[in-house]
Amino acid sequence: MSSTTGAGDRGPTTTTTTTGGATPVLEGRRLSKSYGHVRAMVDADFALMPGEILAVIGDNGAGKSTLVKTLSGAVVPDSGELLLDGRPVSFRSPIEARAQGIETVYQDLAVAPALDIASNLFLGREVRRSGPLGGLLRMVDARSMREEAQHQLDSLGVRIPDVRQPVESLSGGQRQSVAVARAAAFGTKLVIMDEPTAALGVRESGMVLDLIRRISARGLPVVLISHNMPHVFDIADRIHIHRLGRRIAVISPQTHTMSDAVAIMTGAVEPDEVGGRSHYDERAHRREAGTA
Amino acid sequence: MTDSTTTAADPPPGSPAPESSERREALGRALRNPLVGPLAALLFAIVVFTVTTDTFATAGNASLILQQSIVIGTLALGQTLIILTAGIDLANGAIAVLGTIVMAKWVFDGGDPLLALLLGMTATVVLGTVSGLLVTRLGLPPFIVTLGMLTVVYAVARLYSGSRSYAVDEPLLRIWGQGTTVGGVRITWGTLLLIVVFAAFWFALAKTAWGRHVYAVGNAPESARLVGIKVNRTILSVYVAAGALYGLAAWQALGRIPNADPNAYQTANLDSITAVVIGGTSLFGGRGSVVGTLIGALIVGVLRSGLTQAGIDNLYQDLATGVLVIVAVSLDQASRRRAAR
Repeated sequence: MSSTTGAGDRGPTTTTTTTGGATPVLEGRRLSKSYGHVRAMVDADFALMPGEILAVIGDNGAGKSTLVKTLSGAVVPDSGELLLDGRPVSFRSPIEARAQGIETVYQDLAVAPALDIASNLFLGREVRRSGPLGGLLRMVDARSMREEAQHQLDSLGVRIPDVRQPVESLSGGQRQSVAVARAAAFGTKLVIMDEPTAALGVRESGMVLDLIRRISARGLPVVLISHNMPHVFDIADRIHIHRLGRRIAVISPQTHTMSDAVAIMTGAVEPDEVGGRSHYDERAHRREAGTA
Repeated sequence: MTDSTTTAADPPPGSPAPESSERREALGRALRNPLVGPLAALLFAIVVFTVTTDTFATAGNASLILQQSIVIGTLALGQTLIILTAGIDLANGAIAVLGTIVMAKWVFDGGDPLLALLLGMTATVVLGTVSGLLVTRLGLPPFIVTLGMLTVVYAVARLYSGSRSYAVDEPLLRIWGQGTTVGGVRITWGTLLLIVVFAAFWFALAKTAWGRHVYAVGNAPESARLVGIKVNRTILSVYVAAGALYGLAAWQALGRIPNADPNAYQTANLDSITAVVIGGTSLFGGRGSVVGTLIGALIVGVLRSGLTQAGIDNLYQDLATGVLVIVAVSLDQASRRRAAR
């Protein structure tokens, strides 16, 4: 169900979990990264299709955080290619990735608790007043930032009574929602979410998952890193499984079970041994599209 | 705080007029304003001394308190900037003293007064920058960096001055002690400058992106870095600005007392921290305001003046100030714990 809504909104032709010949929004080819003798990423491939929610799972130490940091600009790969909308790109910092429309929601939120919600939404990219007040005195336009913040949160269904509240007065779920809303507001290409529900309770997790669905429904593709299999199977269109520093399979929640996913992830079985169909690379992936 | 947040989140069903709940919300927000405590303390002290002494509540005394608060107030402004980034400056008094000596000695040795002023200011800016570079480039704790600077700069001041003081009668260096009399009350240019400088930094902190970055860097440095704020550059900018303010404090000090003495302002660093803390700025960074610091400096000034006029020993003044500091830090700690909950 969620698998078709995500891709179907934007995907040109097919209604299956993959989008035929569409160009991936973000693609990594043979990405490698070593830290001394430790090979954290070995010829890893990655592809995020338009409009989809792609979950990235992998055991601890599988190197998925290196992959994700590479995608968000925090890690510069030793070799390999990164393509954004089919064009080669390279990021030296998260700031450069952000400038290209890739927003990341970090596990530790990246909010300043003492600052109010509106200030946090615009932190690091404050809107300046027009005219000499903004130009000469560099005065920020607090009112328009407040209005825009309120508008963003409202449009994503995040219930916040007053954007002048300090972030620390919010619940964990609300804080995470603010961080997610910030990413959605500024992400023009895609949003990467690193364990967005890790610190949250059941109800609050549900709130954040709903928020992710709404962002995806707007057509913004989402990369979701999570350890929580029920959450992954709940909202992902496709699941990228990472093991030993590379992508070992891409599966769909419709063709595979959670135990399949865990078995592949931990190396208990090879990807093609389990019941459903998994895909080693995009070509195989495309060939098999429609057969699911 | 907790109460008003919950009311804001879910208003009771069938709550009467939205207007009244809005007003309650506005009132709650006003009471949560961290300036309320310091302001109440200042007013309380003023009322007490007005009632208990005959000499306190006069325009002349008010003018005097302001003048006495100028140097510490200006130093405390720089201190506020640094504390907002979760730093601290133990060397600000020493830096200002070296500034006064450079200015006074240069003139004493027959140098050009304007050049003397510029050299003195340059010295304080450079020293502030050195502290900032040691904190940002080497990643040393501000407490240790400025403790070292305190010792070094006092030693340099003594060496450079030959451990003697220099009298100053150069008008340019004395200008902030001059002033005008309005309705029998003396208002020095220094008092006006203090207000202008505080207003400027209030604006910079509250109304510009730089100000927001200063708060963010002090409150959550890692988050600030992740959203693209240049954390080290922001921290360095704060130490440079503080250095400039210490230069201004040096100039103000010569206006107030026409003598540059290497042994002066020995406790100015702690006095400035006192003003900042009593003014409600958190020693842990990210919270506070320069308006609070101005109020804090005035509280210290009012206490000293009022207790003196009430005939109470100096030692009790120190005692009262010390108790106030501890109360202020406890309140800050308590509110942080509530917020972190």
